[in-house]
Amino acid sequence: MEVIDQGIGRLFTDPDPDKARGFFRGKSRKMTDKLMSLKEAVEKFVHDGEYLAIGGFGANRTPVAACHEIVRQGRKNMGFAGHTSTHDFEILCAGEVFDKLDIAYIIGLEARGLSPCARRYMQSGKVEITEWTNYSLSARLKAAAMGVPFVPTRNVMGTDTFHYSGGKIAKCPFTGKKLMLQPALYPDISVIHVHEADIYGNSRVRGITISDLDLARATKRLIITTERLISNEEIRRDPTLTAIPFYLVDAVCEVPFGAYPGNMPYEYFSDEDHLKEWLNVERNPEEFKEFLKRNIYECKDHAEYIEKNGGIKKMNELRVKEFLIHKEGNNG
Amino acid sequence: MADYNVMEMMIAVAARELEDGATVGVGTGAPCAAAMLAQKTTSPNLVIMFEAGGISPLLPEMPISVGDSRTFYKAVMASGMCDIMETCCRGFVDYTFLGGAQIDMYGNLNSTRIGPDHQRPKVRFPGSGGANDFGSFCWRMMVITPQDARRFVEKVEYITTPGWLKGGDSRAESGLPLNAGPYKIITNMGVMDFEPESKRMRVISVNPGHSFAEIQDNCGFELLKATEIAETKPPTDEELRILREEVDPYRYIIGR
Repeated sequence: MEVIDQGIGRLFTDPDPDKARGFFRGKSRKMTDKLMSLKEAVEKFVHDGEYLAIGGFGANRTPVAACHEIVRQGRKNMGFAGHTSTHDFEILCAGEVFDKLDIAYIIGLEARGLSPCARRYMQSGKVEITEWTNYSLSARLKAAAMGVPFVPTRNVMGTDTFHYSGGKIAKCPFTGKKLMLQPALYPDISVIHVHEADIYGNSRVRGITISDLDLARATKRLIITTERLISNEEIRRDPTLTAIPFYLVDAVCEVPFGAYPGNMPYEYFSDEDHLKEWLNVERNPEEFKEFLKRNIYECKDHAEYIEKNGGIKKMNELRVKEFLIHKEGNNG
Repeated sequence: MADYNVMEMMIAVAARELEDGATVGVGTGAPCAAAMLAQKTTSPNLVIMFEAGGISPLLPEMPISVGDSRTFYKAVMASGMCDIMETCCRGFVDYTFLGGAQIDMYGNLNSTRIGPDHQRPKVRFPGSGGANDFGSFCWRMMVITPQDARRFVEKVEYITTPGWLKGGDSRAESGLPLNAGPYKIITNMGVMDFEPESKRMRVISVNPGHSFAEIQDNCGFELLKATEIAETKPPTDEELRILREEVDPYRYIIGR
């Protein structure tokens, strides 16, 4: 294939599928008990300097508890896939966890506004960046999941988004058309929050899957946080519901309300007041430091964070909101 | 004629562009309000798609995120990002609405940065998200934005999402899918399209109480003028009622 143009952005991960195969060859296929605390999983599988990816979409089915734990344990110098990242990005910026960043969507929390903390960090010059788009990063994960070095797409050509990317434009050998080649992205470690999983890692996801099916297959190591543990018998009762099979998974952590203050489809809606509190308090760096101390550094775990922010009562309110029961007038 | 504000006007104008049976890829905010209004007026069979995977939901209220539960509430399918973007790339999606900090005469959009140093920008914005993808693939891209010379600039500092690039045939030559691109720009003062040969922005209608000269004064580049400039039809009583009572009762968007 004739390469016509290439982006100037650095590739932070190696797209070589044979190196990835070499890694996957050594990964255990045994269906063993992988249940552990989130603290233990992060200690064991998330390392300084590695490349991290986070499942879900911004503040929806995002493993918030894991983001807190990574910050709490002080991980640094990581690479990060800023793929539809919003509240997760805000948390990781607060801990200055990464210094290499693939960007599709960062800093913003969609309709809620922009994160002052994330913006300060991104304008500080401390982070090396390469530009992509949401689909570009999804396609890169798909290439990795396919076990090939790239997939061709037809976005980004003609733009600065291409110029600052790590992709290449080549001529299609069949049609002569120009194609964007999206290099495979194999993260070292990823975390995905799911509705149900067994102790081996077989996992069920309800609602939209975003890019998580490919992410689970592209990543070298995978931590699953789950709202609930279920039995292997239940998994086998209806295998059509399994989104992620056990052999992709390294750790299973039961974290109820693990996406709080984000939205977990069919479980609880986002806590908009608390997300607003984050954005407001970030305007003042000193106040934000205290806020982080209270909500992350001095919390033992996610349960303590939830306890500090309204506890079970709040969770029930968010459940009512998720099911739109308030709209039916059943909630006063 | 009822009183209305500029946001209500822009949403009503945008909604009328979405014909029954069309497909539209939308984000949160005004575009979503426009799609909901279209569904409740002229286009009950409008198919709304969200980049994170929601397909044809019956939106119970305005989503906060393009991936929250509302985006697939009573939907026909809860899919994923590759499926949505590939559906767009196959040519199945007719419209999309996008925005940005800057737009130029060819409809190129900047939502990435201000300042020359890419690694250390003066102001950093969220970046493309799914905008470049929707803007590359959907047949007709529209923008709802305030008319402001700081926003409508001679040259965007960074092309995040492709418009007609450098005009003429440049978009086709870039390798992007053929015959797709910017279609209408809807502002508080009027509506613009793109002249078919040069692909330059052209005023086709002016909102009541405004003039071509005023639009030009609030634009950082020279606008083309259609041979006949229409007056934009303001929102009807029925459109306003639905918008206020059903689409955005809490005035999240129309209260801006």
